[in-house]
Amino acid sequence: MVLKAAPEVDVAVTERPVSVRSAVWLVVLLGLLISPWAMAATLPVDKVDMLYHRYEGGGMLIDGPSVLVRKSVGPQVSVSGQYYVDSVSAASVDVLATASEYKEERTELTAGVDYLYERSILSLGFTNSSENDYEANTVYFSVSQEFFGGMSTITLGYANGWDEVGQRGNDSFEEDADRRNYQLGLSQVITTNSLLGFDLEVVTDEGFLQNPYRQNRYIDPGNPNNFLYQAERYPETRTSYSLAARGLYYLPYRASIRAEYRYYGDTWGIGSNTYELAYVHALNPRWTLEGKARYYDQDQADFYSDLYAFKNSQTHLARDKEMSSFSGITLGGGLVYEWKQTSLPGISRLQASLLIDWLDFDYDNFRDVTAPGNYLPGEEPLYSFDAFVTRASLILEY
Amino acid sequence: MNNVMLRIVLSLSLMLGAAAVQGKDMNEPAPDFTLKSRQGDNLRLEDFRGQVVMLNFWASWCGPCRQEMPLMDDIYQQYKDLGFTVLAVNVDENRDEAHRFLDKVPVTYPILYDPESQVSEQYNVQAMPTTVMIDRNGNARFVHYGYKPGYEDDYEQQIRQLVRE
Amino acid sequence: MVKALKTGLPALVIVLAMFATSGCSDIKPWVKPYERDKLADPVMSLSRHGNADAYMHHVYQSRESSRGSEGGSGGGCGCN
Repeated sequence: MVLKAAPEVDVAVTERPVSVRSAVWLVVLLGLLISPWAMAATLPVDKVDMLYHRYEGGGMLIDGPSVLVRKSVGPQVSVSGQYYVDSVSAASVDVLATASEYKEERTELTAGVDYLYERSILSLGFTNSSENDYEANTVYFSVSQEFFGGMSTITLGYANGWDEVGQRGNDSFEEDADRRNYQLGLSQVITTNSLLGFDLEVVTDEGFLQNPYRQNRYIDPGNPNNFLYQAERYPETRTSYSLAARGLYYLPYRASIRAEYRYYGDTWGIGSNTYELAYVHALNPRWTLEGKARYYDQDQADFYSDLYAFKNSQTHLARDKEMSSFSGITLGGGLVYEWKQTSLPGISRLQASLLIDWLDFDYDNFRDVTAPGNYLPGEEPLYSFDAFVTRASLILEY
Repeated sequence: MNNVMLRIVLSLSLMLGAAAVQGKDMNEPAPDFTLKSRQGDNLRLEDFRGQVVMLNFWASWCGPCRQEMPLMDDIYQQYKDLGFTVLAVNVDENRDEAHRFLDKVPVTYPILYDPESQVSEQYNVQAMPTTVMIDRNGNARFVHYGYKPGYEDDYEQQIRQLVRE
Repeated sequence: MVKALKTGLPALVIVLAMFATSGCSDIKPWVKPYERDKLADPVMSLSRHGNADAYMHHVYQSRESSRGSEGGSGGGCGCN
């Protein structure tokens, strides 16, 4: 039986690290970086990057293309454009519990420009993501700088997003959600064989952060063997911070091993740990095999519950399985073919990859109400699902 | 607020960015060395006294190096009869990669191998690629760190100057 | 945690600034630009698969509540 004492989640007072003081520090750091002591860098190479992506599992099939074209304009500027589509056929546990199967399409367009100014690379970009009930716009700006003889690279990033949330079947419904991301990254060469990377990211959201369709359940006051539904209610602000460390080590027979760890926490009480281990093995100058394992564990949001004792038992309600306590394992493998200095006209390098990952999610406190059989509320089997992610990619450098 | 911050950052970036040190002028004796060449024989820098030498350090794994090589070949073809040569020192740890690249992008100037990085250290190579212009008296006169499209014009200008001396 | 960042971040800025300037001039880069052979090898790349890597971050973000600090770049040839 999942009964939670209702902690009052205070919404009004939320830390917003975005202050004028922080902005000043950001600018100071940037100014110090763009300095005569640093070495220059290189723009990303001209290429066409074509990907077919496919996610299949948990009652969902989402696939589509992702095409990126990048071209340099003169020696200092590189422009890029990306077209991405998610074609969704969904009958997931969330959908089946309260609705019916649906098909949907999300299109995302990105345009970016990179500017190599003497010692640093400045990047500016804009993304628009559009589907029939959600519109997201993001602008991002980042500065990347190499210094210390090219052994260190610092990256500072800032993104601002503003979203419009709609609801299918309800034309008058329109809410906003805004986002800000602050990123700091450091990549450090340690030896001729190894390098370390550190990332820090703070994200703040504000506005309508919940899903207009998703429902919570609470015990039916008239019948304890039954439950009723109520719309979810999230706080209107959220601040999260994540810290990641990664290391790469070169093995003498042309292979590498990579280890990553990320710590995450936010003001909704969600905390998580991500661990990843990857191995890359070059079979010969053209073919490479890779394998990876990832483990993820997450603590639930403070106001999450699979089943509430009664209606409006808390200020904030969430039954989104994404916010529950769960763990996930990924096992992945891949094959990469690389052809340097191709004989193809106009193509200087070709890279083809086939990557397949198996994802397995196990929920500690989210139950499957669609499970066949008669269960008392709160005693249904815990939900779990797995999925296959396939990525087939072709990169042509010209 | 975000708009203002963006503008501050951009203007600060542009203000504080110093001009690159490009084609530095100098006049120092170029350290002598002997390295094995692709043809098989050992080449010594001293033997090229009397010629203008464009000493270039490159590697197959270095994008800008690969980019400038065809352009360097054009310059070599153009000026080699005027007492000029290019000596391209390859620093690849594995020579096969360099050969694979040269098979696809052939050049006509001499390639030397420096797998133990002795000469790279001697010349204090601070970036890949590095190009040193050595005059007929064996003095290093110009050094270029890195390559960006357009540098080949500077190379030509300096070679013309040194060839006329 | 956010409070720690507010005080820690400016301190980090100062340390990095010292590092980037000649404040620590006794320490010279110990991996030379011509020794980057192995680091420039594609097997040592943090994001070799381009779009495919970015897509994987999106897959996780859609199913997990965590966001941020997913991918990095750097290392590589360090040219120019």
